[in-house]
Order: sequence, then structure tokens, then C-alpha cells
Amino acid sequence: MTIVQPPRTEAPAEASALSKISARIKRVIASNPSVLPTVAAIVIFVGMVIYGEVAYGRILQYNTLSNLLINNAHLIILAVAMTFVILTGGIDLSVGAVIALSSVAGVMLANAGWHPLLVIVMMILIGTAMGLVSGVLIQFFNVQPFIATLAMMFLGRGLASLLSTRPERLDEESPLRWLGEQFKVIDGEKVNDLVVTPGVIIALLVVLGAFFVLHRTRTGRTVYAIGGSENSSALMGLAVPRTKVLVYVISGTLSGIAAVVYTSRLGIAQNITGIGWELDAIAATVIGGTLLTGGYGYVLGSVIGALVLGLMNVLITRDGGIPPEMTTIITGGILLVFVLLQRAVISKRHT
Amino acid sequence: MSTAARTSRLRELVRKPFFWGLIAILALLLLNVLKDPNYLAVTVNPANGHLVGNLVDILRASAPILMIAVGMSLVIATGGIDLSVGSVMAVSGAVSMVFMKEAGQSGSLGVALGAIGLSLLVSALLGAVNGVLVAYVRLQPFISTLIMMLAGRGIAKVITEGQNTSASNDAFRWVANGFVVGLPVVFLIAIAIVVIVGLVVRRSALGLMIEAIGINPKASRMAGIRPSGLLLTVYILSGVLAGIAGIMSVGTVMTVDVSRTGYQMELDAILAVVIGGTSLAGGKFSIGGAVVGGLLIATLDKTVVFLGISSSATPAFKAIVIVVLCLLQSERVRSWFVQRRKPPKVRPEPRPVPTKEEVPV
Repeated sequence: MTIVQPPRTEAPAEASALSKISARIKRVIASNPSVLPTVAAIVIFVGMVIYGEVAYGRILQYNTLSNLLINNAHLIILAVAMTFVILTGGIDLSVGAVIALSSVAGVMLANAGWHPLLVIVMMILIGTAMGLVSGVLIQFFNVQPFIATLAMMFLGRGLASLLSTRPERLDEESPLRWLGEQFKVIDGEKVNDLVVTPGVIIALLVVLGAFFVLHRTRTGRTVYAIGGSENSSALMGLAVPRTKVLVYVISGTLSGIAAVVYTSRLGIAQNITGIGWELDAIAATVIGGTLLTGGYGYVLGSVIGALVLGLMNVLITRDGGIPPEMTTIITGGILLVFVLLQRAVISKRHT
Repeated sequence: MSTAARTSRLRELVRKPFFWGLIAILALLLLNVLKDPNYLAVTVNPANGHLVGNLVDILRASAPILMIAVGMSLVIATGGIDLSVGSVMAVSGAVSMVFMKEAGQSGSLGVALGAIGLSLLVSALLGAVNGVLVAYVRLQPFISTLIMMLAGRGIAKVITEGQNTSASNDAFRWVANGFVVGLPVVFLIAIAIVVIVGLVVRRSALGLMIEAIGINPKASRMAGIRPSGLLLTVYILSGVLAGIAGIMSVGTVMTVDVSRTGYQMELDAILAVVIGGTSLAGGKFSIGGAVVGGLLIATLDKTVVFLGISSSATPAFKAIVIVVLCLLQSERVRSWFVQRRKPPKVRPEPRPVPTKEEVPV
């Protein structure tokens, strides 16, 4: 009797804790249905991790998870950048091309003997400048975001090709490579170590910064307000023009940072670097629960979205049976599912 | 009287949104002539009677762009966008190449027709998926065609098993490389299709209905138009036109490169439509404008190569064209020009004499 007692009392307590959590989640979703896609993204991510662990093994361990972060640090940064833009109801197609231009220029400058810090600053400033041009075109010349950032995409890609069409290799001793160097945090058995790179830390700082700006500052609230209704926010006296330009500047700057992180890890830059990354970033943002029409979404959701995409690639390579050609079809399928989910949420809200 | 009529017609032409596109084409051609005075020369090849020259090359290169630009302008008129045209081109090319390869390397017309028919069917199917997602599931056109763009590239790769596939078939090859009365067949086909589409949408109420959807879907439904069916038709048409463009572009080299065929062509098509003066907001379209836009892009592509700049740098020049055209079309820049002219018009009463003198200046 006394031996059986403890588990008996524990089980109901555990169940009540679980039900409490689920009730709490239900309450949050009921009060704010726009959370649902983000919650769904988290559920899918956890589901993918569990499925991968059961089906292929070696997923839930230090080195796989830290590699997931290391290999997708740039995508996380891009997804954060895209979240800002999409929250205002815009779109930024230029992020991939900005990375190409910035990394080719950066590697060439570094190899020409510039000081590494100066190179990093230049790489980020190239992104800022491109973002500023898109922002000004959109805000002050009424060009649609799609067209303006398309122009910047063409410009970035073209300028990168003018600089060089060959792969530019970063010098082996270049201090820039330090950003991609791996540091052991927890020394596991064999190769199972928890490692981070400065690039990952930069990505995490970017996420924290974006979270703070979006949820704790006046600028962040204005970003959400513009996405809700630009006219209303202008009538409310919010700084709409400034914020709209700022959003594209942020997106460009973050693309520059992503270029630094990516280039330092890979050590090679080419004019075709980053082709299609704007689509990956949009997909990550949408999967993470941000509405493409703007106004609703969470930066942490976009991070989850980026990790879902990254984990999907890991699972596909682990499986081996799925031909790599299927990757884009699966990405498209996942995207479709999430968009349909959002669609259901919106129609629920309207009824 | 005749001069007055001519100036009014000229003024009308200047007001046309694609006027600046025409000017840009002429400017590019002029640039080429400055580099090589014989650039515009078109000669007749005595052996087979084909016209040979840079202009003919430009016409030939413009054919696929014309196809997708016309489809895109209709889609954009409904307030949508079709990002999947490039991928549909790749799928269509892959289907026809694999079909001809499987059918054996015969040069028969039947095999070529089968390949063309099958690839157009598949393209129509992909367009229909887009259309259903947009019209019935009510997804945003941007995201549903983005999904098709990602998936289409994958489908093309699955069809060809990731390999670049080539086939040989003289009848199929003739579509892309042949000549009729001295002109390239592709261009003649493209112009014929553009004229047919233009006549159908402009001589019937179809064009007006499409524009009505773009202006206000709800109002158009209340006016008795069925937006869903029409939207589906437009997306299917865009898919089929992209399929034709795919056949044209793989036909030139008789090889489909699944990762490069039609790559970023959707951007060229959108660019062509924007050059043609169509706003991406929807509710308006101009087939003539799309044709001018397509020709400008083909001219630009050829010019960059002709001037000896790496063809991978072409996007930078396209970017300059987009930015300049968007600035010319934007209210703010126009108001700068208008303001300079306005003051004399605003107050003609107090000082009539100086204003009259100022106008000619």
C-alpha cells in the first residue's frame, strides 16, 4: 500500500499540471487566434524532432542540434529580417542578392588587406544602403514593395557579377574566419559535443534584439500598426513614413549581417551565393505564423520556421531514400499546409 | 489640319504608358549602333533565304518573354501575380524532352505534336492548380504561385530524374529554329498568339470582366460576373502560355536544363508588364504594353552581351531600367515636372502678358 501510494498521488498531479498547461494554451489561442499558426509550427518542429529521433536516431543530441543552428544561422537572421518587412505588409525580395553582393565585396576587400573590422562594417553597410534605397523608393516614390525590392535584387546580383563571377576564396589566415570557428561548450563523448560559433551567437543576439524592438518599443508597435492598417496608423499620428523606410533598412542591414555570418563560416563568396534565399526566408516567416498581409506574426515563430526548414533538410539527407529533387516539392507542400492553416484561422476570426 | 492630327496622335502616343519603353528600346539600339554602325543591318542569307541580323536575333529571343508577359499581364489585371511561370516553363520543357526521348529519336511530326500536346496539357494542369488555390481556396496569389514555383522546379527535376535531358526531333526543332518567309517561326507563332489573345480579350467583354475583378472582386460579382471561373481561366491561360514559352526555349538547344530553363523568367515577365505601364495593383492591362516590355527586355539582354559585359551582370541593367521607369511613373517625380510648369497657369489673370511669353520658353 505504502509502496504503491507515491505513484498514485503523483500521476493525478502530473495530469493536472499537463491539463493546466493545455488549458492555458487553449485560453491563449482562444483570446488570440493568430498565435495558432506559430503554435502549430512549434508542434510540427517538435514532431519532426521526435519522428527523426525514432526513425533515424541521432537527432536529439548535442552535435546534430548545434549543427542545425550553425548551418542555419544566416537563415535565422534572414527570417528575422523578413518578419519585420512582412509585418508591415511589404515584402523584401532582395535579401539573397544583398548577401551575394555584400559577401563578394567583403571577401575581395579582406583579401585586398583591409582590416577585418572595417570589412565587417563595410559588408553590413552595403546591406544598409541597399535597404535604404528600397525603403526610399517604396515610401517616397510609391513604388510597390515587390517591384522596388525586385529592382534591388537585380541590382545586387548584377553588381556582384560585375565584381567577380568566380568563387572568391577568403584567405586561410583571415581573422574573419574566427566568426565561423567552432567552440566546444559541452564536451560530450566522441564527437557528440555542444558547439557554438560566434555566428550562432550573433544570430541569437539578432533574434533577441528583434524581439525587444518588436514587442517592447514604440517602433515595434508602429510596425504592427502599419501592417494592420497603414491609413489608420497615419491618422493616429504614428511615424508611418519613417518606420516604413526603417523596416527596409533593418532588413538590408540584417542581410548584411547574415552575409558576414555565412561568409565567415564558408570562406567562399560567389555572385550566385544566396539564390532563392529570399524564398526560404519568406517560407520560414510564413511557416512561423506571420501573415503575408501584415499585422500579425511573431519573430520567434520565424526562427522556428527557419529551424523547421533546416531540420527538414537534415531529415531528407538522413533518410537517403528521398531524392534531393523532392526537397523543393516538400518545402512547397509544407508551405501550402501552413498557408491553409492561416486561411482557416482568418476565416474563423471573421465569422 | 493634317499636322494638327499628327501632333495629337503623337501626343496620344506620348501619353501611352509604354511610350517610355519604346524610347528605351530605341536608346538601346542607338547605343549598339554607336558601338557598331552595322548593328541594324539585316541581310538575306543567299543559301536559304533567311533573314540574318541582330534585329532578327532580338525578335527570336523575345518570343518566350512575349508569351509569359501576355499571360502575366492578364493575371496582374485580376489583381494577382503568377510567380510560377518560370518553373512551368521548366516542367513543360522537361515533359516534351523526356517524351521525345522515350519515343525514340525519330524525327516524325507525330512525336513532336505529341510532345507539344502533352507538355501543354501538363502546363494547363499546373495553371489550374494555381487557379483553384486562388479562386476557390482564396489563397493570396503571391503565396499560391510561390508554392507552385518551388514545387514546379522539383517536379521538373523528378520528371527528368535531375538530369539535363536532350532529344532530337527535326519537327520540334523547326518550331524554335525554323524560318518562314525569312522570319523566325518562334516570333511568328508568338505574334500570332499575342494577336489572338489580344483580339479575344479586347473584342469581347472578357477583358473588361478581367479588369473588373482586379478593380473590385465583390462589385464585379454583384455586377453579374463570376470571378472564380474567370480567375481559374486566367491562371490556366497563364500556365499554357508559360508552357509554350518553355517549348520555345528548350527547342533552340533541344536540351532541358532543369535548374536553368525558365530560371527567373517570372521576374522578366513581371518586369515586361511593369515596363508596359501596367500597375501591379491590378484592374488594368495592356497587351501592347506587355509586347513593348518583352521586346525591351530581349533588346536589353542582347545589348549587354553585345557590349561585351558578362551576361550574369544583366540584372544590374534591368534594375536601372526598373528604377528609372518606376520613378518616371511615380506621382512625386511627375509633380516636380508639373510644378515647374504650373505657376503661370495658376495665375493667368493678374499678369497675362508675361505668362504668354513664358509658355513658349
